[in-house]
Amino acid sequence: MTGKPKLYYFDGRGKMESIRWLLAAAGIEFEEEFLETREQYEKLLQDGALLFQQVPMVEINGMKMVQTRAILSYIAAKYNLYGKDLKERALIDMYVEGTTDLMMLIITYPFLSAKDKEKQLSVIIDKATKRYFPVYEKILKDHGQDFLVGNQFSWADVQLLEAILMVEEKKSSVLSQFPQLQAFKARISNIPTIKKFLEPGSQRKPIPDDKYIETVKRVLQMSF
Amino acid sequence: MAGKPKLYYFNGRGRMETIRWLLAAAGVEFEEQFCETREDLLKLQQIGYLLFQQMPMVEIDGMKMVQTRAILNYIASKHNLYGKDLKEKALIDMYVEATMDLNELIMHHPLQPSEAKEKNLASIIEKATTRYFPVYEKALKDHGQDFLVGNRFSRADVQLLETILMAEECKPDILSKFPLLQAFKARISNIPTIKKFLQPGSQRKPPLDEKTLTKAKSVFNIGHE
Repeated sequence: MTGKPKLYYFDGRGKMESIRWLLAAAGIEFEEEFLETREQYEKLLQDGALLFQQVPMVEINGMKMVQTRAILSYIAAKYNLYGKDLKERALIDMYVEGTTDLMMLIITYPFLSAKDKEKQLSVIIDKATKRYFPVYEKILKDHGQDFLVGNQFSWADVQLLEAILMVEEKKSSVLSQFPQLQAFKARISNIPTIKKFLEPGSQRKPIPDDKYIETVKRVLQMSF
Repeated sequence: MAGKPKLYYFNGRGRMETIRWLLAAAGVEFEEQFCETREDLLKLQQIGYLLFQQMPMVEIDGMKMVQTRAILNYIASKHNLYGKDLKEKALIDMYVEATMDLNELIMHHPLQPSEAKEKNLASIIEKATTRYFPVYEKALKDHGQDFLVGNRFSRADVQLLETILMAEECKPDILSKFPLLQAFKARISNIPTIKKFLQPGSQRKPPLDEKTLTKAKSVFNIGHE
């Protein structure tokens, strides 16, 4: 009996958040077990639940999946969010790898010193507005369709929305030069499963706070 | 007309090496254009060849593909090196993501400041021998088959071999406690396409030396940003 996917991670965004987004976008209900103590983590290790001793881990369809991208690819393929053929998948992969690179800058941000944070913040905004957003703006402009790839909702749309919202949390006006992305943001946010995920009370996690940072550092003993 | 894939990178391993391995394993001939200077990279950026201004870039089947994993996924799927169904693909993905994590550590090692190098190397060896290799050793032991997934040659086997060889360059006897990985290494190295890639004169790139490192740093502007 398969049941709902179960996510093992901290009670916060980190690398699991993209997985939460994708499951939610696909309309898949999921459970979560939050790592709060070192003992919990060590128990998972002892039970052999973490293939490479790391989280995220997702129990799904009889597998204990690890490695964020493996999990995301599996969910995308299973729920028809991965394009209709190899070439569409290639485009989706390129686009999600781009947004992943951008989001990684933001995921690591809370763990930096105050001085490094300042520097990183300008890197995030710079890369978002010069390297990444212009690419997606152009894609949408060139084909004039609602979705990034193949005129169909896909993983690429979910991750781009997630990335946009994360960058806006750092600089609310960041989309000011990107009218296509503004329209895209509104459009994708209105998709029923996404809209539900964006409402208060969903399993979407808030911006990392000190408690989250402290928990991660303590549970992992700072060995990423 | 398709023509051979063309790889755009600097003349060294870096993030392109795994792509070279996979193409070679699939028996696909490819061409390479090397960026020797920062200007070469700027030129590619200016003519809009690089979607996110970055390499690797591979011209393949009419696309200018970027992002290492996107490229690897495409090649693996196209050449039937990605398992037969979703579950095999999931297992392959887990395995290759881990080899790429270990590769990343090895790749960044030459960029460490000299005072941190010894500790970093010890950490790499520890991770290889306690986090990664035991998993593959056990996978092979449990099913007793020649290949990691589905009793069939896949990208997981290619990428594991690549990582094993890179780890051995860090410590030649690193496989001493892993008899099945030793057998795996010999077996996969003997596959004709792989054997050919391992011979001198192939497009496989050597480990980074000082000269290549300096050139890579200048092309990618490492240490200046």
